Amino acid sequence: MLLEKLVNASGVSGNEKEVRKIILEELKGYVDEIKVDRMGNIIAKKNGKKDQPHVVLAAHMDEVGLMVKGIDSAGLIKFAPVGGVDARILVSKVVFVGPDKVPGVIGAKAIHMQKPEERKKALSIDDLYIDIGCKKQEETEKYVSVGDYIVFDGRYTEFGKNRVKAKALDDRVGCAIMIDILKMDLPVTVTGTFTVQEEIGLRGAAVAANQVNADLAIILEGTTCSDVSDVEPHLQVTELDKGPAISLMDNTSIYNRKWVDSLVRTAKENNIPWQYRRTTFGGNDAGRFHLAKSGTPCVSLAVACRYIHSPVSVMSKDDFKNTKELVIKYLEKMSKGGLL
Amino acid sequence: MKTKELIQILTEASGVSGHEEEVAGVIEGYLKEFCDELKRDALGNIIALKKGTKGNSKVMLAAHMDEIGLMVKDIDENGFVRFTNIGGVDQRTLLCQEVIIHGKEKVYGIIGVKPPHLTTAEERGKALTIEELMIDTGYRQEELKDLISVGDVVTIKRNLISLKNDWISGKALDDRVGVAVLYACLKELQDVNHQADVYCVATVQEEMGTRGAVTSTYGIDPDIGIAIDVGFGRTPELSQYLTIELDKGPAFTTGPNIHPAVFDSLKTVAKDNYISYQVEIATGSTGTDAWPMQITNAGVATGVISIPLRYMHTSVETISISDIEKSGKLLAKYIMSLNDKNMEEFLCY
Repeated sequence: MLLEKLVNASGVSGNEKEVRKIILEELKGYVDEIKVDRMGNIIAKKNGKKDQPHVVLAAHMDEVGLMVKGIDSAGLIKFAPVGGVDARILVSKVVFVGPDKVPGVIGAKAIHMQKPEERKKALSIDDLYIDIGCKKQEETEKYVSVGDYIVFDGRYTEFGKNRVKAKALDDRVGCAIMIDILKMDLPVTVTGTFTVQEEIGLRGAAVAANQVNADLAIILEGTTCSDVSDVEPHLQVTELDKGPAISLMDNTSIYNRKWVDSLVRTAKENNIPWQYRRTTFGGNDAGRFHLAKSGTPCVSLAVACRYIHSPVSVMSKDDFKNTKELVIKYLEKMSKGGLL
Repeated sequence: MKTKELIQILTEASGVSGHEEEVAGVIEGYLKEFCDELKRDALGNIIALKKGTKGNSKVMLAAHMDEIGLMVKDIDENGFVRFTNIGGVDQRTLLCQEVIIHGKEKVYGIIGVKPPHLTTAEERGKALTIEELMIDTGYRQEELKDLISVGDVVTIKRNLISLKNDWISGKALDDRVGVAVLYACLKELQDVNHQADVYCVATVQEEMGTRGAVTSTYGIDPDIGIAIDVGFGRTPELSQYLTIELDKGPAFTTGPNIHPAVFDSLKTVAKDNYISYQVEIATGSTGTDAWPMQITNAGVATGVISIPLRYMHTSVETISISDIEKSGKLLAKYIMSLNDKNMEEFLCY
């Protein structure tokens, strides 16, 4: 399955090579033009019928992770976060280091050796290190270098009734939806931009947006969701199984209401469940697209992901299906006129 | 069978204290091969007897088969599972773990975490308590209630992984590696003569206060009892005086919980057989099965062998395979060294 392949690949910001390779492979023969730009973004264009609008789809390839900062005299690896990582989730986990994916573990002092007050304090990144089984610095240096990227062990797993657990659902879900759409016969002209470095400040989109001229940009994301017990409804942002989350505003852009409404209307007309993304927290590649050149209108749809930015983010397969469905219906509607 | 494969099978099996059935079944299968009698006592301890040629003395080797874990406390209206701990679980190691709930069937779940938009920097500096955590199974309450119930135990889902230098990492290495040492020792004893009867015991409920050793030692009434457990492996944040090093061989404990003749003879056997060893001290309880063992019946001469292990009670406990193999060999040689020894004399103060 495509999503499985995408989430299992490593692609920490600045090191999206593995993901890029899968996407280029997948799109072979399905698009009219394809290129990789200087930053590493993939820009793939598929022409629709003449005089049809031009729509950009955007999803980012990168994921949050870690980077090797140094190796101490005991052969243990010190690391720094790449993107937003809550250090508390790293304790007692398996990670893979560097291009050879050397397995390592992030341990913690035995509970028996802790003072009671220590147990109440979170461990910080500076307290943690990775153990790959080497006892000396020189030995670890044979396998690992400063600057190596580190990924979580977060393989694709299906569970419950319709759930998927994996690392990097943010935003391989967007990549998977976009690939599926680019493989279809499309009523409008679509340029798919698979961007790099979203997690560290929408860096890839900054240049991708400068290379396309489109009537509308549709950002496909995996977004935050906390529809769990003990969280009040107004703080939940999104809910699993409630369909694509449509953005109104976030820290990087205010979406034009006309476009948001047209997307909501399309969902209603097609009986596709949908929800608003009910927070202004966070941001996505729309922040770059709407400001690029002389401006491109943007809408943003996202698959809700619980425990986002962790090795165990969780989504609903139905949300994935409905998000894709809404994009397809929206493009169809656009091709019939009246939207633009 | 390779030591690593055995440890993989042993650690991936589940056996939270008081709920050791699954791992016990696995262990019995392996010990059966090398012993003359196998039984379980009323608490669930597995006792494997390998008879000696004379049967003039009894040596008990104990390794605990239970592991720390969690227990279901409630299934809330949204289907989230609340839990408590069994044994010394560091609440900080639970975030974002995959777990298995051992209900009517094994149900997979995830211990989630609040996303960044709901947490302040200050909050991220605090550890989440076990009461704040919950398991997400992807099922609704009514669906889940058919699969699991309050009181079911929960284990972290972790496959054993190989690190460099034949080090391995996983859950429940404390003390399944001890069980692997029992297996290795019995295997070594297959083709040699030993006079003493050897009782290899996989004990229950060690993590809850070394309870399995209480009844199993009473039942066996050994002359010598040796607990094989794990010891704190050295890492930079721990004192070198409180830790032992991986790859440097088994550690022998000394202190009031240990019979001096057992400690001394373990060292002698190690030296005679060129097996590297370390020494650790315990000024009171060793925190192992040797603690209750020592005061069973009219008293037992006890010893403790520790396998160096890093990150104890996390799901990435780490050990070196070489330390297991050395320990198995050492114990076999130790049992052989008791041939023609008068126990009264040997253990006399």
